[in-house]
Amino acid sequence: MPSAVNLAWLIPLFPLAGAAFLLLLGKRVGRGAGAIATLMMAASFVTGVVAFVQVSHQELGARTFVKPLYEWIASGSFRVAIDLRIDPLSLVMVLVVTGVGALIHLYSVGYMHDDPRYPRYFAYLNLFAFSMLVLVLANNFLLLYAGWELVGLCSYLLIGFWFERRSAASAAKKAFITNRVGDFGFAIGIVLIFVSVGSLDYAKVFTAAGGLGHGTATAIALLLFAGACGKSAQIPLHVWLPDAMEGPTPVSALIHAATMVTAGVYMVARSHALFDASTSARDVVMWIGIATALMAAVIAFVQDDIKRVLAYSTISQLGFMFVGLGVGAYTAGVFHLVTHAFFKALLFLGAGSVMHALGGETDLTKMGGLARKIPWTATVMIAGWLAIIGFPGTSGFFSKDQILEGAYATGHTTIWILLLVATVGTGFYMSRLIFLTFFGTSRLDPEQHPHESPPVMGFPLGILAALALVGGLLGVSAHGGRIQHWLVGPEPIRAVGGNVPPISVGSLPGAPAERFGGLTPAALSVLATAAGLAGLGAAAYMYLGAFDWRRRRERAGFLWRAARNRLYIDSAYEFLFTGVGKLAATALAFVVDTVWIDGVVNNVGRGMALLSAQVRRVQTGFVRTYALGVLAGGVLVVGLLVGRTH
Amino acid sequence: MIQPAQYLALAAMLFTTGVVGVLTRRNSIIIFMSIELMLNAVNLTLVTFSRMHGNLDGQVLAFFVIIVAAAEVVVGLAIIMSLFRRKASASVDEAKSMKW
Repeated sequence: MPSAVNLAWLIPLFPLAGAAFLLLLGKRVGRGAGAIATLMMAASFVTGVVAFVQVSHQELGARTFVKPLYEWIASGSFRVAIDLRIDPLSLVMVLVVTGVGALIHLYSVGYMHDDPRYPRYFAYLNLFAFSMLVLVLANNFLLLYAGWELVGLCSYLLIGFWFERRSAASAAKKAFITNRVGDFGFAIGIVLIFVSVGSLDYAKVFTAAGGLGHGTATAIALLLFAGACGKSAQIPLHVWLPDAMEGPTPVSALIHAATMVTAGVYMVARSHALFDASTSARDVVMWIGIATALMAAVIAFVQDDIKRVLAYSTISQLGFMFVGLGVGAYTAGVFHLVTHAFFKALLFLGAGSVMHALGGETDLTKMGGLARKIPWTATVMIAGWLAIIGFPGTSGFFSKDQILEGAYATGHTTIWILLLVATVGTGFYMSRLIFLTFFGTSRLDPEQHPHESPPVMGFPLGILAALALVGGLLGVSAHGGRIQHWLVGPEPIRAVGGNVPPISVGSLPGAPAERFGGLTPAALSVLATAAGLAGLGAAAYMYLGAFDWRRRRERAGFLWRAARNRLYIDSAYEFLFTGVGKLAATALAFVVDTVWIDGVVNNVGRGMALLSAQVRRVQTGFVRTYALGVLAGGVLVVGLLVGRTH
Repeated sequence: MIQPAQYLALAAMLFTTGVVGVLTRRNSIIIFMSIELMLNAVNLTLVTFSRMHGNLDGQVLAFFVIIVAAAEVVVGLAIIMSLFRRKASASVDEAKSMKW
């Protein structure tokens, strides 16, 4: 076992130590908290890199290590250990979480500089990193679940970080409760795994997955996916993510774009054996993914809040990842997770930089022409924008391409077409955001004087911009990028008990591609890129040229208003769950509680009072009455005794 | 020769007299005396049976009863005294406030 694997426990320990230290002594440390937290993340990242290098020197097929730490639960045949699993997939996640995490910690040093709860912010951020690392390093479903809940808690704490604001407090609650719905399914899924397999250990569960009945496998996979839907904001549980933007912007970047929300994608990729055992479950994943990608894109078209556009964009991109997983292109899904972490973290941090420059303004209609005022922010945002719309050569180009290619190659032509539509959408809403922010005429308040962010914020932006542009080199094509080789190897991250054509290195099946004249991967790339650029073109026409979008908005139709109101999904939930729930609660309160339960209690009391009013007349207060009672009792007892003996 | 049955009959008569006294009289002193009468009827019974069966348990028990009765007299007379001070009467029917 390589030495760094033996020391893998250091990876989650650093942020945990940072969090514990800052929670206990944060007030004493004051402004040093940011540096401590960032150093902890950097240390964790370096450990991760060393582990990565050492593992990559191992033989193919011998790159999975389990580092036992502690026997957590031992009860009969039920054993759960706290083990760390070091394998290609978990290492990719570790590097993303710690690498992007360290950059965002650094950025936060500048962004949160004036916050009165500065040390607590970094304590939570470190605690989040620890939780996320537990999640990705777990070697069984229970520890995964523990990490899963911990990140949910950190998400709650950080969304509601400015809890004095009522909207932030309720957004935090909304996120937590919505996630609870998904986690309920996840927990049942884990129980079902234990019932049907008898273990929660990854290796045992995945080996047994192929032998499960189709019904059982589908049930397990769908229940797990319910958890993923909550955490990764897929239909129908996506409603919490846009509201989560109430938290500080670096939190949105780290938790609600780059890492935590991808936990669902990671979990499905990790449990791919279970999803391979059930094609129906994978179809559900695929359709939910594409529906989410399209729906979120449509809503993103018309949002005016820069962070909200990015939030819906995140939901949409997560939908892309789930489509990748659903069609069986697991590596493409994970690859998109990685590149998305780069460019979406970049875009959020860039948005934070814009807000920083404008004193907290988030309304796109009050921006414009900022490219000259804050050139560095504009430059890096443009890098992120090119990546997300899939401009050739950028990271998003390669990863998104592979999801489309996977869908096409596995014969899901409808899905492929819908993905192209979603790509047009991505091109449109992202270009709209960039054009409205940085180009065109300035719509700023003349009083405002935008200023560029300090270097401590600019530096992480630069690194992320570079990653967003060249990160695609990790996996140039589905037929042989580095990340695919790394993830797939001879132990493919797919098809353990598979009954679907596997997507992996060089084994794209040819047959389904016959439709549409059997497009080659190159042609597919051209089409996908063209789709992204088409969206860009439409946005350029509407927001760069002479077209007056503000006047057009005044006579907007039903679709615009619907999208503006989040397609009424939140309102429907509010009506269905809050409204109907309140109604039911009122009914219960007045009918069941007041009439039934209170009635029973009160009438029992009243009956007792009536009865005792009669019985208490026995108590006359005359001593001689009592003496007579004593005598009668004595006679009775003696009489009984005498009667018994005769 | 007096038979044991005669002692027992006397004891029964004394006991009944005591019971009737307790139940019918209002004066607490009289009631108290009636109770003493009942106790002594019981003592007589105990001693009689002791003699009949030829062991001393009954006689010993009779001494215990006498001792307890002495203690009881102290407490009882104290109660009667305080009742009299409060109500200016020794009638037990005056002490009827302990009721619903």
